[in-house]
Amino acid sequence: MSQEAVNGVPCRGKVLTVENMNPNVKRVEYAVRGPIVQRAVQIEKELREGVKKPFTEVIKANIGDAQAMGQRPITFFRQVLALCSYPELLEDNKFPEDAKQRARRILDACGGHSIGAYSASQGIECIRQDVARYIEKRDGGISSSPDNIYLSTGASDAIVTILKLLVCGEGRDRTGVMISIPQYPLYSAALADLAAVQINYYLDEDNCWSLNVAELKRALNEAKQHCKPRVLCIINPGNPTGQVQSRQCIEDVIRFAKEEHLFLMADEVYQDNVYAEGCKFHSFKKVLFEMGPEYSSTVEMASFHSTSKCYMGECGFRGGYMEVINMDPEVKAQLTKLVSVRLCPPVPGQALLDLVVNPPQPDEPSYTSFMKERTAVLAALAEKARLTEEIFNTVPGITCNPVQGAMYTFPRITLPPKAIDKAKAEGKVPDMFYCMKLLEEEGICLVPGSGFGQKDGTFHFRMTILPPTEKLKVVLQKIRDFHLRFTNEFS
Amino acid sequence: MSVLQEISSDVRNMKQMENFVLFRRTNEIKEELRRGVRKSYREVIDVSWGDPHRAGVKPLSFVRQVLAACLYPELMDGDKLMVDVKQRAQRLLGTCAGGSVGSYCATAGIPQILQSISQYIMRRDGGVPCHPENIYISPGSQWALTNILKVLVNSEASPRTGVLIPVPCHSTTIISLTTLGAVAVPYYLREERGWALEMEELQRALDSAKGVCNPVALYMINPGNPAGYVQSRKSIQEVIRFAAEKKLFLLADEVYQDCVYGKESEFVSYKRALAEIGAPLSDSVELASFHTASKGLMGECGLRTGYVELVNLDPAVMKHINNLFSTNSCPILGQIALDVMVNPPQPGDPSYPLYLKETQHIRASLAQNVRRVEEVINSFPDFSCQPLEGGAFAFPRLFLPPKAIERAKEAGLQPDTFYCLRLLEEAGVLFSPGTEYGQKEGTYHIRFCIMTPTDTMEEILRRLSAFHEQFMKEFS
Repeated sequence: MSQEAVNGVPCRGKVLTVENMNPNVKRVEYAVRGPIVQRAVQIEKELREGVKKPFTEVIKANIGDAQAMGQRPITFFRQVLALCSYPELLEDNKFPEDAKQRARRILDACGGHSIGAYSASQGIECIRQDVARYIEKRDGGISSSPDNIYLSTGASDAIVTILKLLVCGEGRDRTGVMISIPQYPLYSAALADLAAVQINYYLDEDNCWSLNVAELKRALNEAKQHCKPRVLCIINPGNPTGQVQSRQCIEDVIRFAKEEHLFLMADEVYQDNVYAEGCKFHSFKKVLFEMGPEYSSTVEMASFHSTSKCYMGECGFRGGYMEVINMDPEVKAQLTKLVSVRLCPPVPGQALLDLVVNPPQPDEPSYTSFMKERTAVLAALAEKARLTEEIFNTVPGITCNPVQGAMYTFPRITLPPKAIDKAKAEGKVPDMFYCMKLLEEEGICLVPGSGFGQKDGTFHFRMTILPPTEKLKVVLQKIRDFHLRFTNEFS
Repeated sequence: MSVLQEISSDVRNMKQMENFVLFRRTNEIKEELRRGVRKSYREVIDVSWGDPHRAGVKPLSFVRQVLAACLYPELMDGDKLMVDVKQRAQRLLGTCAGGSVGSYCATAGIPQILQSISQYIMRRDGGVPCHPENIYISPGSQWALTNILKVLVNSEASPRTGVLIPVPCHSTTIISLTTLGAVAVPYYLREERGWALEMEELQRALDSAKGVCNPVALYMINPGNPAGYVQSRKSIQEVIRFAAEKKLFLLADEVYQDCVYGKESEFVSYKRALAEIGAPLSDSVELASFHTASKGLMGECGLRTGYVELVNLDPAVMKHINNLFSTNSCPILGQIALDVMVNPPQPGDPSYPLYLKETQHIRASLAQNVRRVEEVINSFPDFSCQPLEGGAFAFPRLFLPPKAIERAKEAGLQPDTFYCLRLLEEAGVLFSPGTEYGQKEGTYHIRFCIMTPTDTMEEILRRLSAFHEQFMKEFS
């Protein structure tokens, strides 16, 4: 079988071509794993082959993957998961009793007592019950029903599912979905794939990336002319921006959603990642219910959580869930039908989620070490958030808003006009040009701000704050040095 | 209240799974049994899924030991685990970012595991080259199939995109097509000839699409689901030539390739058959073939991991496919299971004796179940089963008396759903109705998983026989 195809020689007579393929798929891009990452992987290969470079490793600060950067998993979680995978270990006295108890409970809920059996499409029932209880506890007692909980393959899967459900209509009636700029590019990719209309609302960089309703109104009114706006997405704590919305802001958003009959999608996967003093995570659901029945019985909402972030960092398990609130029962039946196409979410991810919502309690043997590990992870992240903001703000030409939460920094970079020209001459977006040069010269992989969206004429990059503290310091210094060099080179 | 009376029409058009009414009743019955309600059975035997573990088959020890070691590496400190388990776990942890199964992996999957898979495919296909860059690991083979269909199906086009699908067909695929806004173009497999695929029927199906939709792809399942056939090399090559001539993209769902037990049967992959045809077809026919960790002897459905191999695709299209797969990565644990699947313990390895014992036991049980199912089903005059050659199911045909059909219609149920509901109610056995998969008009079938422990199958057949006699008498 010839490899002409792989070598890039165009083949005639293909059934599936770029011309006749689904045009929506052509518009799907996901900058977090886009061209710059592909180049980074290539460079790593070159390093392995012994090619000499000004650095010995590529630091992948492009993706929110804590464990890839050395963060340790929570011991208790891994113990329970090992017990679930190989139940013979339940005889092993190396494992604490509270871990064994949870493993037994999970296995009892699995078909054939095996995590290898399919589960119900909506997720294992007792786990959904545990999730509902966790939400009730988190939200000060506001009731949550397991029937409104849908476990998923990471939060991304649930987000795409809801969008798939909601996007309809033709032409001027096509569903419009409001998303922040900057945004996490899963949203833009999903909207492109579904041929939904993306409605951009700009976060206010000069005010710590805050959201203001006037801007929401502006974006909505403009959009009404060419589509039917029906959904409002908000990421809190924010990705890439790291802002933690104030309670007032959340109330304003809910009020706006009610006035404009918008379905709220609240992406809250970073809910435990809050560092800045004075900042607190307020769940959309809690605020909604505290606003009284006029809102709590009418505003339709889905909120999303995941096992990939917070203090767990277990991205590889693809665990997550959504809670749907005030969904029309007929629509909910359609949603239940839709999730059945996936068969079920990965069972180990469901098991892990169960542990996240049901961690060791003060009277249990694993409690002390669990709390120690959890606290250490969150403290390290808080310190790195502070350090990042501090160091970046010492660089002329880089301004960095406080990293109030999440795992990223999205600093604004000033690029000299000559650099912008050079970029354009090479057919590159200016911040991609910048990031590519940084990658080639320093082996640091970031994602250009253009991948997330930004105000015209401004440039940014997104960097994760995840490398171990000492390495992070080095990365920050290298970026500082690079930026000064870059500015100089193009002055 | 709701702003959502209008939702995606593709979603609204999705058929509610026929099984839904059966699942609901099963949950109710389980609850009743828990509460002590008296029935003629103590537990429900659920064989409506292709889920060996649910049916009682035990996971393979080696896989689970490797998974446990990867999850909690401290386990490797003692002597509890065999050397080859530790070696495999260490090697695989070394392929994970940060040495942890909690990290994301590259878009298409862990590169070393893609390498292992490509070598497995080459071995399987007698040396036909396989390139890792053409393989994408995904959260289940259906996920990969949906992604490929997404690329093929232009929901805005007029006429709409059509995909030829076999009847009977895996129900999830049919639903996926609907949600993507594609048109399913059925071609009927010939039951009386062992579910043979006849070229005249393929042509008829293609002709039927004229003016209705624009067929771009041909989907085939081999070994079959729900029907237990294994396609012959000759048949596969005929299909390939047909696809080439009619400019159709081939989608080969081969997830049961490790479940072949028919004495005359041999699994030949579409890719191998294509290579054997030779140029120019072997260089040009576009093919996607799907496999999984969910089926075969491992049966790890809950890990949700499968892969697609893409053959002869336009490189420009591959770039877009890459973008599509990049938005949601595959679970790491499932990839580890895949590595074991394509690279199991070998003779001489410390874990080999146990691995051999366990796999032989599963194969022997399956062979026994096949024998007994054919024996029992074919002993009834109004029940017939084509020879079971491969896959995980039996799909016998039910010859229902007119009275039963009448009663079913009165209850607002498809006749085979009605039969399954009664079987569940009275015998505590859950099968799924042929309606779920498509069947020739006026025919009725039931599907049940045959990958179970042998005593479970005996119990199923005992209950089925007793029920069937009673049912047929009632409606005679």
